[in-house]
Amino acid sequence: MMTRLHLRERIRDRDQAIYGILILGALVFPMVTLFITGGSSAYISQASHAGTWVLLAIGLNVVVGFAGLLDLGYAAFFAIGAYTYAMFASSQLGSSPLHHNYHFPFWMMLILGMIVAAGFGALLGFPTLRLRGDYLAIVTLGFGEIVPNLVYNLPDWTSGINGIGGIDKPWFPAWITGPWAGANSISVIHDSVCRNPIAQTQFIPCFSFGFDPIAYYVLIVILIFGAVILVTNLYRSRLGRAWMAIREDEVAAAAMGINTVTTKLLAFAIGASFSGFAGAYYGASFGLVSPDDFLFVVSITVLVMVVLGGMGNITGVIIGALVIYFVLNTLLPSLASNAESLANTVGLGSLNAQNGDWPGLYAEVQRMQFLIFGLILVLIMLLRPQGLFPSRVREQELKHAAVQEEGSAVEEGVRV
Amino acid sequence: MSLHIKRGEVFALIGPNGAGKTTLFNNVTGLFQPTAGRVVFDGRDITGSKPHQVARLGIARTFQNIRLFDFMTCLDNVRVGRHVRMHATLWDSLFKLPRERREEEKTTEEAMDLLRFVGIAKHANQYARNLPYGQQRRLEIARALATDPKLLLLDEPAAGFTPQEKVELMQLVKKILTRGITVFLIEHDMKVVMGISERIVVLDHGEKIAEGSPDEVRKDSKVIEAYLGKSA
Repeated sequence: MMTRLHLRERIRDRDQAIYGILILGALVFPMVTLFITGGSSAYISQASHAGTWVLLAIGLNVVVGFAGLLDLGYAAFFAIGAYTYAMFASSQLGSSPLHHNYHFPFWMMLILGMIVAAGFGALLGFPTLRLRGDYLAIVTLGFGEIVPNLVYNLPDWTSGINGIGGIDKPWFPAWITGPWAGANSISVIHDSVCRNPIAQTQFIPCFSFGFDPIAYYVLIVILIFGAVILVTNLYRSRLGRAWMAIREDEVAAAAMGINTVTTKLLAFAIGASFSGFAGAYYGASFGLVSPDDFLFVVSITVLVMVVLGGMGNITGVIIGALVIYFVLNTLLPSLASNAESLANTVGLGSLNAQNGDWPGLYAEVQRMQFLIFGLILVLIMLLRPQGLFPSRVREQELKHAAVQEEGSAVEEGVRV
Repeated sequence: MSLHIKRGEVFALIGPNGAGKTTLFNNVTGLFQPTAGRVVFDGRDITGSKPHQVARLGIARTFQNIRLFDFMTCLDNVRVGRHVRMHATLWDSLFKLPRERREEEKTTEEAMDLLRFVGIAKHANQYARNLPYGQQRRLEIARALATDPKLLLLDEPAAGFTPQEKVELMQLVKKILTRGITVFLIEHDMKVVMGISERIVVLDHGEKIAEGSPDEVRKDSKVIEAYLGKSA
């Protein structure tokens, strides 16, 4: 009795502590980096880019972690969200067969991008969810390849390989005042930036996000916060339990009255909708989308974030996404120059010079970047096979695979 | 062959291995589509219905080789059983509306009641996987009861039980009857079958070879033959 209560308390504690640290970190991070770098916001815009990946990981976790459906084409929904926003918030459709520009506001397209991606999720799910495990993974893989190819091959609509540029920035009407009203980077604009969503030829005075990294940072933090709340609610609901039941035993779940087809479809659609959400944000923050941003490697990277962070656990995948983003975008690119200067400091400067077959330490490390990335992944999975912060379920599952004794497994679970 | 189960009785289906008992269950609950014949429940033809539709109509089952949701807590296992009687929509759950919250609370209480009913309430927060064998069977019955069935199908509920556990199981089945639930069981253990069932049908090679009260079946020569072989 005591140990059980103890276990439950500890589950609560750990996740709550991580949430606390994350929220605090999100609040303090911009101030600290601004202070350290003396006003440079480069890190802040990197952080908001990382936030896009966090959103993606949270969404994929619904499909892979909760419902146990392996989705290898997740980037397709990301692309659908991004292109939905890009096409309806730029001058792109003027040169399409529609001959009309649409400039719908970001907030509306954020919701629409979600709905469109969810729709495609359902569309893909409908014929394929009778498949199980590996077969489903292969079909989603195919879908992930089809979408970028469609984008390449429909240049009238998507401008193909060139991508869509000049995408509108998010804005607030000027009559909404807030902390941003007095900021020097976001000030009231009266020209042709903000179109009336209903009468598209009229303009309204507004505050545009422009290229202000802090504005995007605040936006993505709010989006992630919202996503976490919604996903946590789902996890602890009737639907969340139905997903887990299907993951554990589909036949028994069906016999208990769960409609497995619609439940799996919902997992797909909801996972996709978060991706569409992230896509719209991505299009807005970069102002440019191209089909090369949504290739297979994106799907795999998100999957790595989910698996490595701890499948099925929301805090785990958030941290997984941040860690992988950091490794891929900060650690690896700077590794070569760091190795070079390290060699100089420890008196091995001769390594830096090119000599016969040896291309010099810098070039060598540069070449081995992804080998090192692979090594890091292998190392993490060896040290923590359940992911960095696993859900208690996965932890038990893997423990069981190792320890066949039933009774001792309870004790193991408590001690962790 | 044809079977009729009356409301409120304990009906047993017995027969040698491979006689088709579990296949019959699978056909009734929609896991397999029958190639011929009809399933009528409550005056309604449910032949070819999907498993979740059958469960909604009020037929719940347990499995011969226990199929629990291993890595969910006992409480959650039973709450999954309540799924079909819950009404929360996607939006209710997404935004945790008060209606959903109340329903969740009610469901948790109902699930705890059921765990108490089968006598494993103290394990509510343990993974189903970690329960001892006998209690896993009880949990499976609780999960099936959570769907508010009119008819409960038990597939060899006493398999692997000690004599003491068998007695407890028989008591549990009697308790289930008092809730107004009809019980249809497959069982090999004659003590259990004879002890709790009112009517028995004996199945061999997909054919009904006997039907009647426990005493009648016990004396039936065809039954003795099917179980013990023909005397020389």
